[in-house]
Amino acid sequence: MNTLIFRTVAPFLTALMIVFSIFVLLRGHNEPGGGFIGGLIAASAFAIYGIAYGVAAVRRALWFHPLSIAGAGLMLSVVSGLISAFAGVPFMTGLWIYPKLFGVEVPLATVISFDIGVYLVVVGSITSIALALEEKDDA
Amino acid sequence: MASPSSLSVDLSQAFVMAPPGLGEWLVILPPALMITAGALLMMMRHRVDRHGFIAIPALVALVLIDAALLWKVSTGGPVTMMMGRWLPPFGIAFTVDVLGALMALVSALAGLAAGIAALTDISDSGRRYGFFPFLMLLMAGVSGAFLTGDIFNLYVWFEVLLISSFGLLILGSEKQQIDGALKYAVLNLIGTTLFLISVGYLYAIFGTLNMADIALKAREINGAPLMTLSALFILAFAMKAAAFPVNFWLPASYHTPRITVSALFGGLLTKIGIYALLRVIVMLFPVQREELSLVLAIVAVLTMVLSGLGMLAQNDLRRMAGFAVILGIGNMLAGIATDTMVGLSGAVLYALHSILAMTALYLVIGRVKALTGSWTLSAGGGIYSMAPGFAFVSLALFLAVAGLPPFSGLWPKIMLVKASVDIGAWWLAAGILISGFLATIALGRTFLLAYWRPAPESAASVIAGPLKQDRLAAVAILGLAALIVLFGLFPEAPLSLSQQAATGLLDPQSYVRSVFPQGGAQ
Repeated sequence: MNTLIFRTVAPFLTALMIVFSIFVLLRGHNEPGGGFIGGLIAASAFAIYGIAYGVAAVRRALWFHPLSIAGAGLMLSVVSGLISAFAGVPFMTGLWIYPKLFGVEVPLATVISFDIGVYLVVVGSITSIALALEEKDDA
Repeated sequence: MASPSSLSVDLSQAFVMAPPGLGEWLVILPPALMITAGALLMMMRHRVDRHGFIAIPALVALVLIDAALLWKVSTGGPVTMMMGRWLPPFGIAFTVDVLGALMALVSALAGLAAGIAALTDISDSGRRYGFFPFLMLLMAGVSGAFLTGDIFNLYVWFEVLLISSFGLLILGSEKQQIDGALKYAVLNLIGTTLFLISVGYLYAIFGTLNMADIALKAREINGAPLMTLSALFILAFAMKAAAFPVNFWLPASYHTPRITVSALFGGLLTKIGIYALLRVIVMLFPVQREELSLVLAIVAVLTMVLSGLGMLAQNDLRRMAGFAVILGIGNMLAGIATDTMVGLSGAVLYALHSILAMTALYLVIGRVKALTGSWTLSAGGGIYSMAPGFAFVSLALFLAVAGLPPFSGLWPKIMLVKASVDIGAWWLAAGILISGFLATIALGRTFLLAYWRPAPESAASVIAGPLKQDRLAAVAILGLAALIVLFGLFPEAPLSLSQQAATGLLDPQSYVRSVFPQGGAQ
């Protein structure tokens, strides 16, 4: 789309939506939110950027191919489940560590890495669908 | 959960406390391994030339894991692992008995054969469309479906394999493929949605999704609409398995993709519908199955005989193979309908035979196309003089598919006929024999026309080239044929395993005990 207003706003909107999607992803641990909905928000952000600047610009900005992102997310999720093999508990059991970063205790869990994996799968697959559809529109 | 809790909580109220052993890990490893391999291949999408080097070892590992799992469950009884440590019936259970492990192992073998054949059959462009990642995810869905002990999880694995099968079906995006894929997609989505609706209904009745828990409760519950529920499940799974009134998607779509993809589909997908029928209808709702057995038997006879006629009517070899797949489904349904130990083990045995034989049949047809340059019976010919060795292997396979001795198709057929005669259903036995006769005629005609008949003049130009190449497809076909011959000559091991599987279905005591060691944890 070639309206000036949209092209000016799109980068800010995209950046804002991606930040928001990460917020939703992390919030999802105890409250409504999570990897799936966060991933959808991020994918819509890329779609907006694509509508404003074309598919090639999104592909450049993403650096990795969307499907590779989805693959990495899938891998991360499965590995999060398999880590429990080393703790002597069944597959997909949540495991926690509490490292101190700059004096603040940060609880980290395989639950979070699983959800980040889900986020990446959704971002990758939905973005790749959206880009394919927009590409067809260009041609 | 902000900080490590110092409160003492009795975890054993909610968690499985015993650390899982290696045997338990074997239950979850097949789908986990396949998903990991699929994810890795997705990330390597620019190095399609290396896909085979990851996919084939992963499939070999899958076969080995499934074999170890089968050995474990056939000697030590069903194994359960609870996901995320939650106690049953709340956590998702992966429960494997002999039936699940047997089906998983044989599917893995068929998947490996198709993977090997794909190394030459699937071109670089097919690989760029994602053949190998889709194959890995399809195998993940197939293994997950066979190994899970949770009915909603079964639905999820159905979706996984359905989505991957869509991807495989339209590999290359030709017009004919899109046409076939559309019919396949619409009808399969209706079937899967029906399955989902039935699962929702089941949850409303029982308040649980764990299959062992349902098996316990279904035997005690009174006044629940279980008949409606069973009928819904049968309709949903019959659509998946391509049973007679709802099977039109299969001949309309299976001839459109690459032949390796057809081989995978023909071998694996419909058998998962049969597995689900065995698991849900036979194990969970024995009373209702008995009531519905006449309907199942009529459906079985119609499926068999009409697909036998369908085989005779086809000129395109791939379409004929599609009807051969459906014919096998009819036989398995007959076994389920007879409601006896012999019939059920015959159905299981037929499913194992059919997975191997159908995969091999499609691969053979792919070679026929490579040799004669045509998919049709009317145009081909002269294979016997070109490749006598291949002709012998094909003949063995045709005999196996038709159920003639000394190959694997014979034993399940004998058991099915015996089971139907035992319960006095002579028409069911007649259906099995007539359909076998029709298949023999159709396949005999194929051998006569495509192999013995001298090659037509016009085809002479095609013949010179492709004889030497495609050793890998030959390896895949020979491997499957060797299994089929072994299975036919030494049927004791598969027979006793399938009997063990049928016993586990008719009396799910040990299955339930593996999930609830204390005999019910409500």
